[in-house]
Amino acid sequence: MQLILEKRSQASSIMNLWSPVLAIFLTIIMGGLIFAMMGKPPLTALYLYFIDPLTSWWSIEEVLVKAGPLVLIGVGLAVCFKANVWNIGAEGQLTVGALMGAMVPVLWGEWQSPLALLAMLCLGALGGALFGLIPAWLKTRFGVNEILTSLMLVYIAQLLLDWVVRGPWKDPQGYNFPKSVAFEGWHLLPMWGDGRMHLGLIVSLIAALVLFWVMRHTLKGFEIKVVGSAPRAGAFAGFSHLKMVWFCFALSGALAGLAGLIEVAGPIGQLQPHISPNYGFTAIIVAFLGRLNPLGVIFAGLLLAVSYIGGEGVQIELGISDKTTQVFQGMLLFFILMCDTLILYRLKWIGRQVNQGSQVNQARKLSEGGAS
Amino acid sequence: MSAYEAIILTIITASTPLLLAAIGELVVERSGVLNLGIEGMMVMGAVTGFAASYVTGSPWLGVLAAVLAGVATSMLFGLLTQTLMTNQVATGLAITLLGLGLSGLIGSGFVGLPGVKLTSVSITGLTDLPYVGRLVFDQDPLVYLSVILTLGVAYILKHTRVGLIIRAVGQNHHSAHALGYRVVTVRYACIAFGGATSGLAGAYLSLVYTPQWIENMTAGRGWIALALVVFSTWLPARLAAGAYLFGGVWILGLYAQGMGIGIPAQLLSSLPYVATILALVIISTNRRLSVINTPASLGQGFVPDR
Amino acid sequence: MLNKSNNNARPVLLQVKDISKKFGDFYANDTVNLAIETGKVHALLGENGAGKSTLVKMMYGALQPTAGRVYWQGKPVSIASPAHARELGIGMVFQHFSLFEALTVAENISLALPQSLRQGDLSQRIANLSQDYGLPLNPDALVADLSVGERQRIEIVRCLLQQPKLLIMDEPTAVLTPQEAQGLFSTLRRLVKEGCAVLYISHRLEEVKQICHDATILRHGKLVAQVDPQVETAATLAQLMVGASVHQVSRDANGQMGDVLLSLSHLKQVASTPFGVDLVNVSLEVKSGEILAIAGVAGNGQSELFSVISGEECNPSQDYIALLGHVCDGLNINQRRRLGAAFVAEERMGHGAVEHLSLTENILLSRHACNDTESSLNLGWLGIDRHQLSQLNETISAEYDVRKSTQDATAGSLSGGNLQKFVVGRELNRKPQVLVINQPTWGVDAGAAALIRQAVIDLSRQGSAILIISQDLDEIFELADSIAVMSRGQLSSTYAAEDLSREQIGLMMAGSHEQTDRATGA
Repeated sequence: MQLILEKRSQASSIMNLWSPVLAIFLTIIMGGLIFAMMGKPPLTALYLYFIDPLTSWWSIEEVLVKAGPLVLIGVGLAVCFKANVWNIGAEGQLTVGALMGAMVPVLWGEWQSPLALLAMLCLGALGGALFGLIPAWLKTRFGVNEILTSLMLVYIAQLLLDWVVRGPWKDPQGYNFPKSVAFEGWHLLPMWGDGRMHLGLIVSLIAALVLFWVMRHTLKGFEIKVVGSAPRAGAFAGFSHLKMVWFCFALSGALAGLAGLIEVAGPIGQLQPHISPNYGFTAIIVAFLGRLNPLGVIFAGLLLAVSYIGGEGVQIELGISDKTTQVFQGMLLFFILMCDTLILYRLKWIGRQVNQGSQVNQARKLSEGGAS
Repeated sequence: MSAYEAIILTIITASTPLLLAAIGELVVERSGVLNLGIEGMMVMGAVTGFAASYVTGSPWLGVLAAVLAGVATSMLFGLLTQTLMTNQVATGLAITLLGLGLSGLIGSGFVGLPGVKLTSVSITGLTDLPYVGRLVFDQDPLVYLSVILTLGVAYILKHTRVGLIIRAVGQNHHSAHALGYRVVTVRYACIAFGGATSGLAGAYLSLVYTPQWIENMTAGRGWIALALVVFSTWLPARLAAGAYLFGGVWILGLYAQGMGIGIPAQLLSSLPYVATILALVIISTNRRLSVINTPASLGQGFVPDR
Repeated sequence: MLNKSNNNARPVLLQVKDISKKFGDFYANDTVNLAIETGKVHALLGENGAGKSTLVKMMYGALQPTAGRVYWQGKPVSIASPAHARELGIGMVFQHFSLFEALTVAENISLALPQSLRQGDLSQRIANLSQDYGLPLNPDALVADLSVGERQRIEIVRCLLQQPKLLIMDEPTAVLTPQEAQGLFSTLRRLVKEGCAVLYISHRLEEVKQICHDATILRHGKLVAQVDPQVETAATLAQLMVGASVHQVSRDANGQMGDVLLSLSHLKQVASTPFGVDLVNVSLEVKSGEILAIAGVAGNGQSELFSVISGEECNPSQDYIALLGHVCDGLNINQRRRLGAAFVAEERMGHGAVEHLSLTENILLSRHACNDTESSLNLGWLGIDRHQLSQLNETISAEYDVRKSTQDATAGSLSGGNLQKFVVGRELNRKPQVLVINQPTWGVDAGAAALIRQAVIDLSRQGSAILIISQDLDEIFELADSIAVMSRGQLSSTYAAEDLSREQIGLMMAGSHEQTDRATGA
């Protein structure tokens, strides 16, 4: 017996919907097994992970605050991946976006006006976009693989941030801590709720809805799909692959940069060496779990945000390393990819051609014997 | 030991993990598979290598465990990309993310513990040779292994039938299948080899380079190894040259920091990453070379008709 | 001519009994029977998609049958793999070569040989054997540098080195010049004389009559007849293949030709990849009402020429192309469409159409940038007008007889012929003034081919200028008013169709015009 894949004549629309659900289910089962192996009560741990964060308004707000950047970056990456452009350096674009936007409070701290906030948002997006355009330029000008360059730039961006907050932008009154001045007034996003919810969440939602419309109904969305799945047909349709690389990096870079700025001008309130718990990489998982569909990305972002909060929960309650969050996220991406196979293929067991029976095999041995 | 010897020694130490990881990936890519999960396999090798040697007290068992961990992780990649036909780029990323998480979880109990160092093998009599004696004949065993592996891969790919089959599968899997070669099996084998060398590279980090477990201790070396393979245009000799060059850049940054020459440390730390990008740009200017050597079916899954 | 040996039956070498092959719910072969005798050339005939390739892949072990038996020299066998087939003595030359471009000829051959045959000086043996059979080859050359004809020789030589008892050839002459085909036939005749059997797959009836002793005909996966090709006429064979009499394409002697609508002058282009072909000094003119056909063996620069004329590969300066009086300096494919040109690419799947997209979306592929439909289809931020698209889809399907399972099926669900009618119809529907069409009927069934060819002729008679790139000489003679031949990136002068014979075209395909044209000043 052997397990083989058989290509479906048409992509299965049922699996298209169910594969993320199946992937989540498998992740939960594996997660339970891992907890059990670590000698922790699996059901309690899973409850703390996935349900408990949704039981209090405080933690729901936390989930939303975490989901904001994930969705914002995730929708940009979803467009990239759809176009077969592999920007995996969103973490770096996020960092540079935060840096650029923080120029306003750090360098022009006196400027207090709504326009200052607007300028910060614009600079954040611009910084992310410009940083994203480096791999785009290297790709279109020299044909250098964008995966490697965008990833290398993450390390460079993080080191740049580290230098800035320990060096030139360090808060002079900050007791030598590696932090910039704390942002104030119009350099912070409007907040509400218990003081954690902020304007950035609405920006994320709008970005997702706009991109959903663009992808679903407009010629640009059609262009992205065609260039990504059939490059030669894209050329036939007059869509330029090179321009698409520029477009995707500019868009996803801008959104990642915006997300970075929103983090430092929102929940964090200043620059520090670490401004993101790997949002840029987790957003890759968000994009895939959302089936590269901006609406799906909203749900995926929420789910992954729950895993961040849940991870903190199990760490506090059960003393499990917060690394489990990353394990969960990695497993989730794994299972999504596995389950997505079922959209295009069906699994099938095949035996050894039973109908031909043993006599043929014997005959084959005979004829082989005869030939040698 | 003279300063020059010390520098060369540290360069070799810094280059060896890159060379180990990259030589495996070179074989993987020659067979037409793009495994972006080196970083993940490497870090899994590092943590299991450290854990096994710490528990058993034997660095060699640590090396063995690291190899097994690398192979096991790579087989996960193989299962997804070769059997379940998932996208290789995305799956490689998944391996890296999972590996970084899982290694952190496994290693959370080992942070800060003293490691067991793999000792050097000196070849008596020869270490006293002037200039080269200590450099060539007083290295740790994995350095020798990395050189042997590189030479072996170069020979096998160029001169043996196994190598011919690997190249054929990587160039045109449909033709290879039509001639009766088992494309998927060949690729599984190459992926496993890549996993083994990545595991070794990880073990080198946690048993030789800095004999302890630090979270994310691979620090992007897996990605640099990937870039090295592109830089080498899939030729083992160029790969070795590239690996030592990169080790050099890495050490240059460290030495410059140590001397405190007034350049911010972060800037110097970013040198290897900047150098990687520059190297990729330089190699791309000779596009003909890259295109001719590129395995034509790189990154494409293969499903035979049945 | 051949000595007929049909009456004296010879020992049966390979026999398939009631063999079937199912892909999903589709029977590619349905209880087929076939017997091949030693020392004979056996033809396997059928239209594109009749199941010929599936059947021979099962004989070669590349596919496993769903049901039925295979007998080799009278004994039942189950051919597990191509290696097993080769062990038995079966060699195969594929239609799409199974070669490795970046490996040498010797390496390519070595890969196909069993252990026992690889010993010793393989290069020397290759050289000897290829000399002996009149198939010259340099063992150390890279395959990427060889012509299609030379590549086929590699395939043949690597079969012959194993001294096969049965040689299977899948559409071998599709890529050869007429002269090269004759050379191949003499090699085959010699093999048969030496006692080898040949299974010859083709849909070219003249060839089958020329060299085959027996013929088996498949239609829609089923066996329809086993006949003696020497007794049958080409017409009766065609009827058996197609199942009905084929509609003849009609062309009135000469249409009215008008102004030059498409012209290239001294076009040069260096190939963008190392495996591509450079275009050298290509000039041509197509007038209103004229069909100009470019003949030539595939891989001689035709696809490069197509992408330059269409503007898919947009070069900074292309003042050597003029469309309807406009110089196409740096215009991309969409701007050329807006000038009134239409293009049909060679590969219908993945180039002319996207497999997983619906037909309406595939219409959008080229029609989003055509004067007549552009503004009505694309409403900018408001999106695409799906209603308009599906109306267009209905019109095209009705006009060009596109048969599909659902109203708006995916392109991938259509058969080759129907998809080709769709991609051609999508362009012809807008009555373009200039049409450039690469391999109009490659790999489609006779009915679809006739419909497409008639539609192309009708368009030209309405005053459009049409450039056809084709490697099918029958098609070229059926359609073209004038003919030019392409070889190694060079284009011959243009000749009136009635002034050329197949042999002359064959010589030019092999490159005779490359020097002589300039000498005669034609």
